[in-house]
Amino acid sequence: MCPHHALADSEAAPARRRFVEWLLGGGLLASVVSFFYPLVRYLIPPPTADLGSDTVVAGRVGELKRNTGKIFRFGSRPGLLILTAEGEYRALSATCTHLDCTVQYRGDLHEIWCACHNGLYDLNGRNLSGPPPRPLEAYDVHVRGDEIVVNRRRGA
Amino acid sequence: MGVLRRVRDWLDQRFGWAELIAPLKKKTVPAHRYSYWYFLGGITLFLFLIQVGTGILLLLYYRPSANEAFESVQYIMTQVQFGWLVRSIHSWAANLMILSAFLHMFSVLFLRAYRKPRELTWVSGMVLLALALGFGFSGYLLPWNTLAFFATKVGTDVAAQVPLVGRWLMIFLRGGEEVTGATLIRFFGFHVALLPGITTLFLALHLLLVQRFGISVPPAVEKEWQGSSRGAREIRFFPNFLLRELMAWYVALGVLGVLAALLPWGLGTKADPFAPAPAGIKPEWYFMFMFQTLKLIPAKIGFIDGEQLGVLLFAVAGLVWLLLPFFDPEGRGRAQRWVLGAGIFALTYIAGMTAYGYMAK
Repeated sequence: MCPHHALADSEAAPARRRFVEWLLGGGLLASVVSFFYPLVRYLIPPPTADLGSDTVVAGRVGELKRNTGKIFRFGSRPGLLILTAEGEYRALSATCTHLDCTVQYRGDLHEIWCACHNGLYDLNGRNLSGPPPRPLEAYDVHVRGDEIVVNRRRGA
Repeated sequence: MGVLRRVRDWLDQRFGWAELIAPLKKKTVPAHRYSYWYFLGGITLFLFLIQVGTGILLLLYYRPSANEAFESVQYIMTQVQFGWLVRSIHSWAANLMILSAFLHMFSVLFLRAYRKPRELTWVSGMVLLALALGFGFSGYLLPWNTLAFFATKVGTDVAAQVPLVGRWLMIFLRGGEEVTGATLIRFFGFHVALLPGITTLFLALHLLLVQRFGISVPPAVEKEWQGSSRGAREIRFFPNFLLRELMAWYVALGVLGVLAALLPWGLGTKADPFAPAPAGIKPEWYFMFMFQTLKLIPAKIGFIDGEQLGVLLFAVAGLVWLLLPFFDPEGRGRAQRWVLGAGIFALTYIAGMTAYGYMAK
């Protein structure tokens, strides 16, 4: 082989090699993406149908004694229905705004208490003491016949 | 690559990393015209790893109870994104793994790789094959569909034919007298905890033995090498053989992906314990030769039950097969011809009975 040809080869080789490397690397990258894309999509669970409407029957009149509360299902989350010592119904979200525990009504304190980290809320859901950062969402309560109907407030 | 080098130095100073991987750098693999058969063991391992991965993915949504199992698989296949693909890959890879394990076994037999000092490698491989069949049998029931339900009834009833302990074995497998939700929970436990644990141990042993003894060279090739002036031909394990192996895995993955995507595995109908068995009930293909044999044996032979005789014969044949290398440790002479004959007979019998099973009504 003459020296001229040898020179031409050594100059051409890197370009060809780079092309082959791009081809191989690109192919491998494409297959890696095609493995991981379905994987990541699979890991994300499909959304569950939201069972909750904006209105629910939380209980019946006469079911609660004064100064007690009960948990009712509001869609897939718990709600808290309270009959105050004065005989007034209150309904709130029962999910503590701190770390998602379910709160309860404490008749002795006349307040809403979260057992997990000793958070306290008043009967309007305002966070009084302890770690909760925000008030509990309050709902509207109506008595319709002997049913106690709870509504999510509009815009809330 | 500065970070990589520093990590390597860090490891080297603590564990003597360079010393640990030194044998791997020197490791070689014989190269000859039968080398391609070596890939089957690696491909079986690769498919097993796929099973571990997709199995863990299925566990995210699967519910092991008679009331929910079928619906949860249906949910995976219809609601979860790419769930149909993950489940289809799990089913296809299971079947391909058993196929490649069988091919691996027969190639080891016909290339006489079982001979001294590799007897225990063969035995550990046979244990792994039995475990793979256990995976297949237990996993088959998990979608709780009609076919699987009756296949499990028949399969566990075969276990009941084992002399002395058969009945006890059947009740142990079923978790009661009948195939019920209790069986499903048991099979689930076997499939995702017990069998993976035992398999990991035997897989480690199998790979350790392969690593210790290196890959066998068939006697015929060995003789040629001794006769020629060039001597033994080898390639380096790292990177030459490893890259070829990875290419084989890549091809296997491609085949698996095409099969799983174009022929997605079906689900069938939900099992109903109080419905009659549908016509054309069949076990998985790898149990077909045994199933067909049991069908052909008459109900009574002399004083012994036909079924019992069949189970007994398979048990003896399995034991002989397990101990095959010990009959022919040197891989030559009359013993070698017997082992070869046994191998050809087994292959013909399994292939023939499987084909017969699929063609017979």
